[in-house]
Amino acid sequence: MVERCIRGRAASEGVAVGPAVILRALEGASRAKGSLAEEHATLAAAVARARGEVAELIGTLEGDAAELIGFQLALLEDDALTESAYAHIESGVAAEAAWRAAMAAEIAGYEAADDEYFRARASDLADIRDRVLRHLFGLADDGPAPAGAIVVARDLAPSAFLSVDWTKGGGIVLGDGSPTSHVAMLARGRGVPMVVGLGPAWETLSGLLLVDGGAGLVEIGPDAERVARARAQAATLVQRRADAMAHQLEPALTRDGTRISVLVNISGPADMTALPAAACDGIGLARTEFLTGNLLGDEEAQYQAYAELMRWADGRPVTIRTLDAGGDKPIPGYTVDGESNPFLGLRGIRLSLRHPGIFRVQLRALARAAVLGSLKVMLPMVTNARELEEARAHLRAVLAELDDSSIAFAEPAFGIMVEVPAAALAAQDFAADFFSIGTNDLTQYATAASRDGAEVADYADVLHPGVLAMIAHVARAGRARGVDVSICGDAAGDARAIPALLKAGVRALSVSPGLLPMVKAAIRGLDLAALAEDA
Amino acid sequence: MQDVKAHALLINEVGLHARPSVKLTQLAKRFAATIEIAIAADGPWTDAKSPVKIMRVKAAKGETLYMRANGTDAEEALRALADLVNRKFDEE
Repeated sequence: MVERCIRGRAASEGVAVGPAVILRALEGASRAKGSLAEEHATLAAAVARARGEVAELIGTLEGDAAELIGFQLALLEDDALTESAYAHIESGVAAEAAWRAAMAAEIAGYEAADDEYFRARASDLADIRDRVLRHLFGLADDGPAPAGAIVVARDLAPSAFLSVDWTKGGGIVLGDGSPTSHVAMLARGRGVPMVVGLGPAWETLSGLLLVDGGAGLVEIGPDAERVARARAQAATLVQRRADAMAHQLEPALTRDGTRISVLVNISGPADMTALPAAACDGIGLARTEFLTGNLLGDEEAQYQAYAELMRWADGRPVTIRTLDAGGDKPIPGYTVDGESNPFLGLRGIRLSLRHPGIFRVQLRALARAAVLGSLKVMLPMVTNARELEEARAHLRAVLAELDDSSIAFAEPAFGIMVEVPAAALAAQDFAADFFSIGTNDLTQYATAASRDGAEVADYADVLHPGVLAMIAHVARAGRARGVDVSICGDAAGDARAIPALLKAGVRALSVSPGLLPMVKAAIRGLDLAALAEDA
Repeated sequence: MQDVKAHALLINEVGLHARPSVKLTQLAKRFAATIEIAIAADGPWTDAKSPVKIMRVKAAKGETLYMRANGTDAEEALRALADLVNRKFDEE
């Protein structure tokens, strides 16, 4: 057997060995159209297989996930779902086009609803649509990836990641993709080894694969000795994780006794179930991008969501970032369409200040939640000191309004996310109550290398001396001003970056909940005095 | 045979949304009678045994759900369905 090794980019640490399972993308798939009767039968068969698949999936799920899939099953069992697709087929349309048109109409109906609950269900319909399409194109004949397999694809949707059982091992190899993508974050959180950015070679992968997520390597057809070594390596890592988990509730002290705060990043309610609050020093970044559509103006719904975070943290500080739309996170009717370079366009606080009505609704909900504990409001993408002043004026107005009402409220701490290089180097000029460094964007802006571009991803290195100098500058400015400085980007959870971040003067790291035990373990292995001598 | 009619107020938080729709249609299917629902007393009427069609109605919290049924077990069916709505679909 000829051994081959392909280099990609490290996206999630760990080693996995297993058979390659290729997931081909729906885009570009095609099939030959048959007679009316054939098209009718093909769609019926695809729907039946999708139905069988969903019925089987329900047996493996529990709680909310099972009920949501139960909804999909109920729709797939209802002839009303396929009625108009069959009518399209009778008028001479191919099965896939007929199905797409029928589902597009159904989805449009959901998306037009006034009610957030109904609009959110559009994603279930999109899931049903794609599931049936995969069967129509013959892309799903192998069924879902078996446990322990290496999933090989051009790119992977977060929902596809979640449908695989990762408890039995397995890994991911992607042709495109980026270490900072959502699915890479999920993989790191779950400890699934992942290599991305392999290029066109991903389509040639087959047979037994060995994925080394730390080194960014994929080996094809490894020999028995190599497999044994990799399995031992994987077992060691599992053991290290277990040890780290056993000590997750203890504070993170370096070998020379310096206490490092380790906080968590929260993107949704599921993140709060991943870890007991007692294991962390608070929430360092709660994202509020779930606010879309009607929720942007719904103070009560926002208050409930923030209150849930406060109750979970149980007295520990909670940093909530105001809406960070724009860039790769568009919201119809709010963000600007057709910007030539959205990452350098209207996003974060720039948009909030252009939509003061929406911004004030969020500030009101935050001020109300502030009575429930220690709440810190963080403004994203701040570039100029003037933006912070303008935002603070909105906060003052909201606090005055609340003061005139009988509603309970408190003034939250008001700080900035440092992710624009010009702001990092001028940190001393910002009258912020705290700084939190968003290393993902700071790095891509400072190195002029896009986060999602596989070709330039090597340039976007947080360990570049120029990026580290900016981080050190912000840490100094924070000390001089007497305010907290933390890091909430991916670098905070990366064991290779942590020594450099602490050496730059940072003493608080906010990480994905799944990474917290290993981050604490990494901190405990460091000696700050020895790090300083290396300089 | 004469239609049997009933109505109930949707008091659960999410209205006739995904899980409530599934529960309503599952219950309706246990009866032989034809059963239809509407969000106005004079229709338009929707088959209560089709979750796809029920979801198209988008009945939200605070709306009145009108029901009509026709068949030997029509009365029993509407009693059971109104009871499910009043129990907030056993969700809250």
